[in-house]
Amino acid sequence: MISLTVNGKNYNVDAPKDMSLLWVLRDHLKLFGTKFSCGIGECGSCTVLIEGEAKRSCEVAAGDAEGAEITTIEGLPENHPVKRAWIQEQVVQCGYCQPGVMMQVVGLLAQNKNPNAQDIIDAMDDLICRCGTYQRMKKGIETAIQIMRKEGTVA
Amino acid sequence: MKTSMTRRKFLKGSLAASGLTIVAYVTPLGTKLVSAAGEAGAAEGFKPSAFFQITPDNVIKVMVPNSEMGQGVRTALPMIIADELEADWDQLEILQAPAADEFKNPILRNQLTVASASVRGFYAPLRQAGAAGRAMLLEAAAKEWNVPVSQCQAEKGTIVNLKSGKKLTYGQLSLKAAKLPVPQAPTLKKESEFRYMGKSMPRVDIPEKVSGKAVFGSDIDLPDMHYAVLARPPAYGAKHLSFDEKAAMAVKGVKKVVPTPRGIAVVAETLHAAMKGKEAVNVKWDKGTHPQMDTASVEENFIKDLEKPGANVVTRGDVQKALGDAQKTYEATYYIPCVSHATMETQTATADVRADRCDVYVPTQGQTLNHMVATKVSGLPPEKVHIHTTFLGCGFGRRARPDQTIEAIIASKAVGKPVKVVYTREEDLQTDFFRSAMAHRIKAGLDNRNQLVVWDHKVSSSSLLRMNAGKEPKDGIDWYCLWGLWDTPKGPNKARMTYGFPNFSVNLVLSDLPIPVAPWRSVQNAVNAFATESFMDEMAHLAGKDPLSFRLESLTHDMRASRALKTVALNSNWGMPLPKGWGRGVAQHRSFGTTIAEVAEVSVDAKSGAIQVHRVDVAVDCGPVVNPDPLEAQIQGAVTMGVSTTLFEEVQFANGGVATANFDDYRLVRMSEAPEVHVHVVKSNEDIGGIGEPGIMPLAPAVANAVFNATGARVRRMPLTPERVLAAMKKA
Repeated sequence: MISLTVNGKNYNVDAPKDMSLLWVLRDHLKLFGTKFSCGIGECGSCTVLIEGEAKRSCEVAAGDAEGAEITTIEGLPENHPVKRAWIQEQVVQCGYCQPGVMMQVVGLLAQNKNPNAQDIIDAMDDLICRCGTYQRMKKGIETAIQIMRKEGTVA
Repeated sequence: MKTSMTRRKFLKGSLAASGLTIVAYVTPLGTKLVSAAGEAGAAEGFKPSAFFQITPDNVIKVMVPNSEMGQGVRTALPMIIADELEADWDQLEILQAPAADEFKNPILRNQLTVASASVRGFYAPLRQAGAAGRAMLLEAAAKEWNVPVSQCQAEKGTIVNLKSGKKLTYGQLSLKAAKLPVPQAPTLKKESEFRYMGKSMPRVDIPEKVSGKAVFGSDIDLPDMHYAVLARPPAYGAKHLSFDEKAAMAVKGVKKVVPTPRGIAVVAETLHAAMKGKEAVNVKWDKGTHPQMDTASVEENFIKDLEKPGANVVTRGDVQKALGDAQKTYEATYYIPCVSHATMETQTATADVRADRCDVYVPTQGQTLNHMVATKVSGLPPEKVHIHTTFLGCGFGRRARPDQTIEAIIASKAVGKPVKVVYTREEDLQTDFFRSAMAHRIKAGLDNRNQLVVWDHKVSSSSLLRMNAGKEPKDGIDWYCLWGLWDTPKGPNKARMTYGFPNFSVNLVLSDLPIPVAPWRSVQNAVNAFATESFMDEMAHLAGKDPLSFRLESLTHDMRASRALKTVALNSNWGMPLPKGWGRGVAQHRSFGTTIAEVAEVSVDAKSGAIQVHRVDVAVDCGPVVNPDPLEAQIQGAVTMGVSTTLFEEVQFANGGVATANFDDYRLVRMSEAPEVHVHVVKSNEDIGGIGEPGIMPLAPAVANAVFNATGARVRRMPLTPERVLAAMKKA
């Protein structure tokens, strides 16, 4: 039995402790917003926040996430600046990688409210979007920063 | 406006038969429009290809036959209907169509989202259907008020009585309008009257994708659903010698081990158990049919094939004589390796086969083909087989294949439960139907004015037709390999080389390698463009002319291509000085009815040979534009994907199978490598063209030409890795 805190809720999951957090989220908790793509931490589609930090959930054993606060795309409020920016800038194409991408951005902006171009590349270059939405991701990040600044909110 | 793809609504989809329904039957003789009331009387043999329904509660239900994979089709097709119908966008309910004959694309005669054909296929019939609906609503209102139709005006979902100012909604008029005859040649709007088309409409699928609630194929979750994962043969043609069924079944939760055409499936109650079962099943395979085949031998094979005569596809003028008469001749050979679709969502399908019904939930581009195979494999009659299209986590042609559906149905039949097949990334790469590798050898000659007068082109490729459809190409000519060089005389894809060389020939050699291939965003257009547009640059250099004006000399008959080139030159600082180590390259290509010219601006690191693509300018002429912002997004994405294949991507082979395993050894472009993309739409009266694919075609040659411009190094082998660039720089 694993006990997890996801999006503010507590869950007891009957799954082996070495099962990846990704598959526990998807197949046990039915939180399908977190996506599987490579399974080896190369692409970032499975990114979630663990204690506010962006992590590849495919590489985290569920047992190691016990006691930590986990946030998935479903736990991000619909009016979150990053979600709004992603709609405003029409960043998404197929959309499969984007929940992971957005969680990576939230993780970045939580640590650094005012990232420069290099900070953004450093945070985002570990992710893959096969549709090639990188140009719009950059615009989305700028817009999210502006929204946060204007409204005095934090990621 | 609502969309249908939330999980709750996913299973709903059919249109109740009340209100005004317009069906457009597209035939070779034109479009025939009928309303639902008259549908029974439709001439036999006509196939309805598009429809919408206005219900009395003032909702307009629009069926989208195509698959949404990020290209924006679920927004673009409803925009066309809503505009001609003069509907209020907010009253639309957009539904994903099931697999059915009436939703076949008029160009492809198949329900299939490929060949950049959705908007260009449905534009005309949907406009007619919408306009017919508007005319009928106007007439119904005129009758209601007992006034002439000229006194009525359609306005955003209502008919307005111009004298009295009274209004009736489309919903209020729908039942009366349904009883009227359908005008067969309704008056279409003028461009100046468009309410939606030509203005950017936010994509309807984006909010649910951003929320994380969008349902992709891999997110399907049915009661009591089981999971299947497959052990795959490590080499082409490999047959299993043995597998340990007992050990797999000993894993808690594993229910069945079942062979399928492309691997041994382990079916279990949970995905975790299925994966553990796959480890335990320990399949022993034989060496397959080509145990010696590796990356180097594949390349050698394609290059050697160029020595064979091949099939003559086209000959114009007298190529041999012209080569003999030419002032200068030149020859070059190019090689482009296999690349993978590498869709972000790995392949998946869920099947629920019961005694009297089969449901398949699949992120597919090909509903017709899925329905056919699902009917065959389930053994049920066609009307009992239902294909439900989910969102697609990338497509690029990979998802036109139905192999996942076959596997899911076999597994579901074996355990009597719904089963979801999940591919690991390794399986996805290992079992992909790749973009075919190709070798090109081109000989050409210049006359005494240094004009290009003869072009002799030999190409070797795997046969897409043979590998994809199991059909042997007639006379050795597989048109899928040729798009961008030549096309069938009446081909709908308008993918012939635009240059008008007086002496011209193309010969094709089809390889007999076992590597499965399939269309890959552009089919082989992008590969053919790399060879032709690199070679045009080499010839320009030989002629001592500017590469852009050299191209224009051979395009005097094609104003469209010339205009695109001039547009991109004007907007890209063509001819302006650049720092040392920087260069610009140009290329143009026509495919799927769209002409694109691109200029790439690159820098090359003199020490490492690494290329950075800084900026790409793109001139696009696709005729009318329905939704401008997704058009820009498609070009940005195609250019970025083009950078990926140009600089990084190559599938590796070893021991007769695929050696590439995952994204750590299959390099894809990342944010720091994505260029700035500037899109310049050419205002054009041409027929409508496609936009999903054409942006990728000129990118690779534009970059290779820019590298030549920057360094004098010509790289004729993709991808343009630092090692290849350095080696070419040494030769330059």
